[in-house]
Amino acid sequence: MFNTLISSNIFFLSLLLWIAGAVGALVLSKNDRTANWWGNSFAILGSCVGLLFSLSVLIIGSTFSFNIDSTLPLLSLSFSVDKLSAFFIFLISLIALLASIYALGYVKHYYKKYNIGALGFFYNIFLAGMVMVVSAHNALFFLIVWEIMSLASYFLVIYENKEKENVQAGSLYFIMTHVGTAFITLAFLLLYRSTGSLDFGVIKETIGNSSPLITDTVFILALIGFGTKAGIIPFHIWLPNAHPAAPSHVSALMSGVMIKTGIYMFIRMFMDMLPDAPLWWGVVILILGAISSLFGVLYALTEHDIKRLLAYHSIENIGIILLGLGSSLVFWSLDMKPLAVLSLVAALFHTLNHAIFKALLFLGAGSVISQTHTRNMEEYGGLIKYMPQTALFFLAGSMAISALPPLNGFFSEWMTFQSLFSGIMASNVPVRWVFILAAGSLAFTGGLAAMCFVKAFGVTFLARPRSENVRHARESGFALRVGMAVLAALTLVIGFTAGSITNAVSGVVSDLSAFNSSEPAFFSTIQTVGMRNGFASISMPLILASLIVTMALTFFAVYLVSRNRKTKIGRTWDCGTTLGPRMEITATGFSNSIVTIFRGALKPTKQTSIEYRDEDMRYFQKSSTVELGIQDIYNRYFYQPVHMLTIKASEYMKRIQSGNINMYVLYILAILIALLFASGM
Amino acid sequence: MSIIIWTIQLALVPAVSPLCIGVVRKIKARFQNRVGAGIFQPYRDLWKLFHKDEVISEDASWIFKCAPYLIFSTTVIIGASIPLFTTIFSINVLGDLLVVIYLIALGTFFLALAGMDVGSAFGGFGSSREMTVAALTEGGLMFSILVPAFSAHSTNLFAISGAVASFSFFAFAPMILALAAFIIAMLAETGRFPFDNPATHLELTMIHEAMVLEYSGKRLALIEWAAANKFFIFLALGANLFFPWGMSSSERLGDVPLALILFFAKILAFSVFVAVLESTIVKFRFFRLPDLLFTSFILSIIAMSLTI
Repeated sequence: MFNTLISSNIFFLSLLLWIAGAVGALVLSKNDRTANWWGNSFAILGSCVGLLFSLSVLIIGSTFSFNIDSTLPLLSLSFSVDKLSAFFIFLISLIALLASIYALGYVKHYYKKYNIGALGFFYNIFLAGMVMVVSAHNALFFLIVWEIMSLASYFLVIYENKEKENVQAGSLYFIMTHVGTAFITLAFLLLYRSTGSLDFGVIKETIGNSSPLITDTVFILALIGFGTKAGIIPFHIWLPNAHPAAPSHVSALMSGVMIKTGIYMFIRMFMDMLPDAPLWWGVVILILGAISSLFGVLYALTEHDIKRLLAYHSIENIGIILLGLGSSLVFWSLDMKPLAVLSLVAALFHTLNHAIFKALLFLGAGSVISQTHTRNMEEYGGLIKYMPQTALFFLAGSMAISALPPLNGFFSEWMTFQSLFSGIMASNVPVRWVFILAAGSLAFTGGLAAMCFVKAFGVTFLARPRSENVRHARESGFALRVGMAVLAALTLVIGFTAGSITNAVSGVVSDLSAFNSSEPAFFSTIQTVGMRNGFASISMPLILASLIVTMALTFFAVYLVSRNRKTKIGRTWDCGTTLGPRMEITATGFSNSIVTIFRGALKPTKQTSIEYRDEDMRYFQKSSTVELGIQDIYNRYFYQPVHMLTIKASEYMKRIQSGNINMYVLYILAILIALLFASGM
Repeated sequence: MSIIIWTIQLALVPAVSPLCIGVVRKIKARFQNRVGAGIFQPYRDLWKLFHKDEVISEDASWIFKCAPYLIFSTTVIIGASIPLFTTIFSINVLGDLLVVIYLIALGTFFLALAGMDVGSAFGGFGSSREMTVAALTEGGLMFSILVPAFSAHSTNLFAISGAVASFSFFAFAPMILALAAFIIAMLAETGRFPFDNPATHLELTMIHEAMVLEYSGKRLALIEWAAANKFFIFLALGANLFFPWGMSSSERLGDVPLALILFFAKILAFSVFVAVLESTIVKFRFFRLPDLLFTSFILSIIAMSLTI
């Protein structure tokens, strides 16, 4: 009881700190420096308190719920923090802490250009909104804080509003997020209709009586609604535009944590609130996950805008998380609880890992952009010599996201693979094929992600500068490096402490009422994590140790053999011509072969236009341009038809708007009479 | 006793891999009506390279300088964690299939970065092609080994070897498909015909050689040695996962010589196979390679559906 009191106080303290940061930044917006310091210091404080709070819940288990009834009907300010919520609060606070430290330095380049106070205001509100989303316990209150989070992030997306494309990206985000909210609202209304309550706890207790038709509909509505926020293909179209538009520390938060609130609600609704899931829910999520991961990485490969590339990788990683979540639902419905726990732990572990390495990569990209003033990778090159530390941190992030041992990404992908393999072995024929294809798509995704990050890192940091912008680049400031360094260290630390963290995460999973009596299908100690049936086992510390020892021995042995040999510095072999930046491979060139191989899905386009000096005598070219692009098949086959349909329907609807006031009065009358009849029946 | 077996296990791959390359080169030379260098020539090459001065590009960063050590180390670690002549290390947690595949990917990742680091036109294209092939190979490689893994109920490579040895005759039908898939993946990963020509420096065709063009001296030696290790690792995987007979399954030292001899015989047979293949087929056009790689993936999926 005492613990609970303290932890609830700490929880509200963190919210209070963020709100104070928001209001204070707005008040102090006259002076850029003070606004920046005030806004971000309070964000840092709030995040520290949030970290403390979530750890206290995760370790001591001091969960709490808190309820104030308001004067408005149905609305109550209802919070409830269990271990699942605390896990997500931990994620939000951790990334927010490091992003805010980074922001202290990063925001400086907006001084005198944009309103720093407004940035601090929306940033803090955004943080508070996310934490409230994962702790709200009442549907109406949830919708309000969901909207606060979405609107705050919208204003952050259009923060650099002097660039027109950012405003366009913001509008798309605004529309898509509200389409999503509409579906969520419908889902909650349906739940209200069948349970008579908007309280999550009451819904959970009484939903069991309602028909499968209702729960299935709620599933589909929630899948679309929260899937839009999570960026699942085909509801992802806002994501690659909106994430790059925001300031980089906000992109880190949006990609690292905000889209995870969608995942949180998936788990909350499908595995906690709604009754036992039928098999097809899990299968649908598995298929969506496979599609999102494979197509996310393919689209990422076609990008040469560094932040868009990272945004597409968020789609890919959400896909990987969904593979874990989907298999967990499948196992649950097949009554294989131990495997369901394994898969959900894999999904949550990958959520944690993705938050860390994606935030790291976005912060790294932000540092590069703040020095070179462009997002176009074709203008980078050789930055490792100008920004050596940023390069090292970005490399750590690249390796982690490519699932390379010994970093953290490899471990959660290994666990996801184990749950898919278990699915292949344990399930019957039709479901087995889904698992086989999911495992196949995960295998290809891993390889393609590695390729994409060889491209991202290689083109950005290696070889020679491709433009003048690079030559002016200097190592980023102290605050920026601290933010990135901690995240980079975390990719390594989480990598070799994976066993202990698996234990912590499985504590979160077994806290869910569906799983609290089931033994997981895996064991984990500090050294080893493995399947109980002996199918596979892995030791992350051993991988790290053997890499370090073998490398050290190799260094030593080679030094002994060839210590008397000299090393000369020469020029790169250039076949005798002058070595220019145009000889290096470009980002487009690097992925051209893979785009050609997947041309069936990516539909690359090529437009050549040549201008001649003399139009009649077409011998001498004045200039020629080649434009390469890809067609977005979702836009073409889904969104454009929907768009056309809406326009067509509006054309028809326009006819009733004659502009004649008598007509409108007639409409009102007709509706009134119809309503009277309807209520009379 | 097991200490001695451990030492042999650790040192076997780096010690014997150059010989394996030498044998393949010798056979290919005979096919081309040449006498060819002796089978120990790769050792002499390594020795020579380790004792030469080195030229490094002024554009190279620490990635270029450290990559050979890391790549070589990954091949040594993998070499120690796959079944060679004994199956007694089935508790070895590094022998997990996914760990081995992703350690290979780690080496490829840094090799491709090193290829881009010096900023030459060759290196970049080599990296692009290498990563394209590697990305598409991963599915076939993983799934072809998963076929015996599912039958053996373990993804530990030692345990797979042990289990496959006791398969009944009929369990081998899908294994043949899986073997075909594995061989395609193996040729792609080790840069052999029809994917890459290990003997060429012709700009249009090379993949692996293009990436390492700027290396010289001790670093080139490490890269060459690592490539030999990788080739040997794949031969050993093919030999021991699909033809696991004759491996020692006890800690008795007396079994070791026979097991080693049988192991070398299997490796020799695989080397001859690769050499004959390289001498009798032509290199494929780059954009036809994905068809082959998808074939490998689909073959292993068919094999998998037959086993479980």
